[in-house]
Amino acid sequence: MAKGVLVFGEVRGGALKPITRELVSAANQLAQAGGGSVAIAVIGEGADAAVAEAKSLPVAKVFTAKHALLASYSSQAYAAALAAVVTAADAGIVLFGATVTGRDLSARTAARCGASLFADCTELSLVGDVLHVRRPVYSGKVYAELESSAPIQMASIRPNVFPPVSGSGSAEVVDVPVQIDDAMLRGRVVEVVETSTGAKDLTEAEVIVSGGRSLKSAENFSILEDLAKTIGASVGASRAAVDAGYRPHSAQVGQTGKVVNPRLYFAVGISGAIQHLVGMRTSKVIVAINKDENAPIFQKADYGIVGDLFDVVPKVTEEFKKLLGT
Amino acid sequence: MKIVVLVKSVPDTESKIKIGADGVSIDPAGIKFVMNPYDEYAVEEALRIRERLKDDTTVVAISMGPDRVMDVLRTALAMGADDAVHVNDPAFAGGDALGDARVLAEAIRPLGADLILGGKQGIDDDAATTCAAIAEFLGIPQAQIVTELTLSDDHTRMRARRRIEGADEIVDMALPAIVTCEKGLNEPRYASLPGIMKAKKKEIRKVTLADLPLKPEQVGAAGCLTKLIKYHTLPERPPVKMIPGDAAAQAKELVRLLREEAKVI
Repeated sequence: MAKGVLVFGEVRGGALKPITRELVSAANQLAQAGGGSVAIAVIGEGADAAVAEAKSLPVAKVFTAKHALLASYSSQAYAAALAAVVTAADAGIVLFGATVTGRDLSARTAARCGASLFADCTELSLVGDVLHVRRPVYSGKVYAELESSAPIQMASIRPNVFPPVSGSGSAEVVDVPVQIDDAMLRGRVVEVVETSTGAKDLTEAEVIVSGGRSLKSAENFSILEDLAKTIGASVGASRAAVDAGYRPHSAQVGQTGKVVNPRLYFAVGISGAIQHLVGMRTSKVIVAINKDENAPIFQKADYGIVGDLFDVVPKVTEEFKKLLGT
Repeated sequence: MKIVVLVKSVPDTESKIKIGADGVSIDPAGIKFVMNPYDEYAVEEALRIRERLKDDTTVVAISMGPDRVMDVLRTALAMGADDAVHVNDPAFAGGDALGDARVLAEAIRPLGADLILGGKQGIDDDAATTCAAIAEFLGIPQAQIVTELTLSDDHTRMRARRRIEGADEIVDMALPAIVTCEKGLNEPRYASLPGIMKAKKKEIRKVTLADLPLKPEQVGAAGCLTKLIKYHTLPERPPVKMIPGDAAAQAKELVRLLREEAKVI
């Protein structure tokens, strides 16, 4: 593989998304196996801070594609710009974060470039020219092992799979001229409404505290919020808790909600229906707190506590406060 | 307006997924195939637009795959779709999401759709790739994972609210466009009994490779750029460590284990 590995540097609010550092880590592993060099593509207008951060990472080059018409996200226009960078960088592999935008753009760009695409990968390696991946399918009930030897191979990678890189380098910046016209701008983002409560989105969170219907009310979720705040976690919920109106659908973990991949997952008052398990079972460490000792969640957990969550959780929070001095 | 809705036949969410003896297939025994849950929102949204417009708007359901996908087309008809198209050919077998998107794009192109609706992802291969790729092949805009959709008064544009990490994006699009639907967009209806009876009699139009401007080497396994090596079951977790004692002791021990043994805090 003499061709390069290109990382799509997703920009949010003018800054690079943290997953970019994980992608550079993955790209460097592939480059070491195949001999190509690693570059980051930063697309859009007004992304100077993102370009500065990208330059500092362990990559050979940062390709920028600037255009007034790229000021806000448009699948069509961004795919056209990224395709131009893929050509300019002579990239054989292009990596995206499996974020909403990464998945949206990767599908469109792969179709445009005639590339192969693997979505939402949890493992990635290169053998000769052949990209080899694993990705969860059937809502994570099984894994598919796949490969591609297409001339251009694209993949989106689930957050929290590769360790993030740090860097203090100064990579060369190459500006790629792009032709964008109104015909490519038939659809674009006209407004971004922040809904975040400050915590990370569940799909990107490293620690998650989720509650089920046993919380009994929306107000009682404050018990989980206290724990979450103490350890820097995001709060999730089971479908039962969402259906009962305790949390919004954006907090739902499971088959018809979000698939999460944290380092640590607390399932509090969640029985462990398959619907929920498929959304969280790749979590590295799972803690289950439930009053029913026969709850199926205990079969999937690493640590289990049988007890009343209203009694146990505040005490866990206290212990963490002592430990972390918060 | 002409609204095309993509529907997919997938194992229902409760199905146990068992890997076939060859390692590259899923054992269909005991699996109940249903309409992909996210596609139900797409069908519902199409029907609601038609009901609101009260004009000559028609809703066409389209599905690609073996004969069993006719069941989900019948479900779409029973919910209220006007017509159904079944895209099937032995040559289409063994394709991946991008290859299938190429076929579907060519099957949709002659329908003259103003709006194409689909689910945010199929809950079988979970790729969430097909609709965006169709958009690219057709050269039209897209908005994915949409929870709110508004048609402009002159019916030439749409405004979609889509969910991204920690924010909602408002996407403005000129029609024709493609939209993928997320839970929360609407509450899908159940098929009525008269609807089910009517759907049974309805003719489902067939589309084969011969009807499309594609060559055999561009579709199915022949045109596929990816190869499935094998399905794997999930690695088993080590047995759970239950923490005994009263709540205070349990809390203390849990925090210690997370810190010292699991090293995750």
